[in-house]
Amino acid sequence: MNIHEFQAKQLFEKYGVATPKGFPATTVAEAKDVAAGLGASHLVVKAQIHAGGRGKGMFTSGFKGGVQLCDSTQQAAEVAGKMLGQTLVTHQTGPAGRVVNTVLIAESVEIEKEFYFAILMDRGIAGPLIIASTEGGVEIEKVAEEMPHRILREPIHPTLGLQAYQARKIAKRLGFTSAQMPKAAKIFLTIYELFIACDCSMVEVNPLVITKTGDVLALDAKFNFDDNALFRHPDVAAFRDIAEEDPREVEASKSNLNYIGLDGNIACLVNGAGLAMATMDIVKYHGGEPANFLDVGGGATEQQVTEAFKILIADEKVKTILVNIFGGIMRCDVIAQGIINAVKAVSLPVPLVVRLEGTNVELGKKLLAESGLPIQTANGLTEAATLAVAAAKQQA
Amino acid sequence: MSILVDKNTRLLVQGITGSAGGFHAKGCRDYGTNVVAGVTPGKGGQTFDNTIPIFDTAHEARHETGCNATMIFVPAPFAADAILEAADAGIELIVCITEGIPVIDMMRVKIALAGKSCRLIGPNCPGIITPGACKIGIMPGYIHKPGNVGVISRSGTLTYEAVWQLTSRGYGQSTCIGIGGDPINGTSHLDALKLFNDDPGTEAIILIGEIGGSAEEEAAAWAQQHCAKPMAAFIAGATAPPGRRMGHAGAIVSGGQGTASGKIEALRNAGIAVAESPADMAATLIATLKAA
Repeated sequence: MNIHEFQAKQLFEKYGVATPKGFPATTVAEAKDVAAGLGASHLVVKAQIHAGGRGKGMFTSGFKGGVQLCDSTQQAAEVAGKMLGQTLVTHQTGPAGRVVNTVLIAESVEIEKEFYFAILMDRGIAGPLIIASTEGGVEIEKVAEEMPHRILREPIHPTLGLQAYQARKIAKRLGFTSAQMPKAAKIFLTIYELFIACDCSMVEVNPLVITKTGDVLALDAKFNFDDNALFRHPDVAAFRDIAEEDPREVEASKSNLNYIGLDGNIACLVNGAGLAMATMDIVKYHGGEPANFLDVGGGATEQQVTEAFKILIADEKVKTILVNIFGGIMRCDVIAQGIINAVKAVSLPVPLVVRLEGTNVELGKKLLAESGLPIQTANGLTEAATLAVAAAKQQA
Repeated sequence: MSILVDKNTRLLVQGITGSAGGFHAKGCRDYGTNVVAGVTPGKGGQTFDNTIPIFDTAHEARHETGCNATMIFVPAPFAADAILEAADAGIELIVCITEGIPVIDMMRVKIALAGKSCRLIGPNCPGIITPGACKIGIMPGYIHKPGNVGVISRSGTLTYEAVWQLTSRGYGQSTCIGIGGDPINGTSHLDALKLFNDDPGTEAIILIGEIGGSAEEEAAAWAQQHCAKPMAAFIAGATAPPGRRMGHAGAIVSGGQGTASGKIEALRNAGIAVAESPADMAATLIATLKAA
């Protein structure tokens, strides 16, 4: 799960991570109040969307830049008015862009130097890893490619956590002076505390800055949370903004379906994550393009199969549906009945290819054949994929 | 021959009174696994299905029944505790089926188990089976056939797919091990590969991987140096978009690392045949066997 910058700021404040003062606003009037309340001579107004590249982005209204510096309350309110309700297009949003429903208004600080500081859960070391660099404010992937020696990596002991000496070591290696070091170490330690306390999978502070007045602040941050741990963080779960998510994925999550939208035209419905990925791969291998990843899980109910079909059919790009089930504990006849009921309930606008294998497969196939529904039954994975690709091409 | 589980395995089921735990405890017993005990805190003294004694703690179960393996179905918020309890009780093999355990919990479990003599398989895995001898997990037993191909995989149904392809072509399996789809797990591809390499009953190996991490690359590098047995592999997720978690918590391509193409290249460079299509996993291994 991702969160907005203003929400990240709220977490920073809760855990004592130094950050410039700032608050969200959803209307021009609110923006004016927030700006006036900050009482700062220099302000920054930032469009709140879950995508990078906001500063260089362009609103469809023609207004340029989702991050604006302002010198007065009045100006901040005006800029907020030009952002709110408008669509911002950045290199990460795709051409459709995202509607800006909230802006963040914060005090603007004078930057002496920018750094990059991130903590992530590293599977290789099976624990947290700090990645930091003197090259802040730019994409870390670019630094890794062009100046790998400018990136430092500090593995953290899984149960001891980040030690004070490690925080000091990182500060010195980043070039903080002896006088600045305590402030830098403190911010590293507080970010680590937040990382563990909230079950983050990544906190990326870019940039982390030292200001002209000598303060060390987290200026902008990107968070990723471990979805498996959200049950113990209702406050974090409440940060979810479904307006930022693919509506197909929002619909699927309501039925506990594991769905990820893609750009192709062959919809896939599969049991099990590994087989669902492999099904996308075999569609592509035979010249088709998958429209989605969809894992209905090991114990999917007829209700879930019906909901899954509704989501697949609602996608206008979909030209064919491919069902691939390996019935283990789940019996193929139950799945077949689920498909038949779902198809009857939703009325099928596109060809349907079904491949069943495993427990009670013959009974499942018989049910499909006797249903009288226009279902193509495939024997084996390869036949299923080639039938689906051919059907999609015919429809296109 | 086989690895880790056989006719001598005495199985405990932690979470035996839950619906999934109970269902699969029966499934394992019906397959022929010697299920000797269950644990559900608060239900000690009762019996499961009128035959299997239930204990309050894993320690009591170990002491009373001599169980040497456990299958965990405890819900995710409490699963890490169940793993640690099993390890503390001295149970040699811990198979955790539970899906959705927080990564930080597994990070702590992993460090706590380091240096202990027990082995953890999973979590978020289908389990392990030695066909005809012992099944610990949720896989359908009948698709398997005793034989000499070792199968290692992160996934459930994709493993069944590979096993079924082998069985339909007359090739049986020594042991099939699902190591689980989470980013931090107990037994890695490499650990399983080493066990199969040392097992005289395993003559060939199928390794099934997926996007994310570098476990497949590590197994490939080791295999090139140390494993003379014929191998075939498949990597799922070539078409997965970067940065998205594909069902399994561990299946994510981040920062250009963990891609399917990178893994396939590493495997091929190590001389391992990689199936282009998931329909060809068994066929690829059989072709390698015939060429050897």
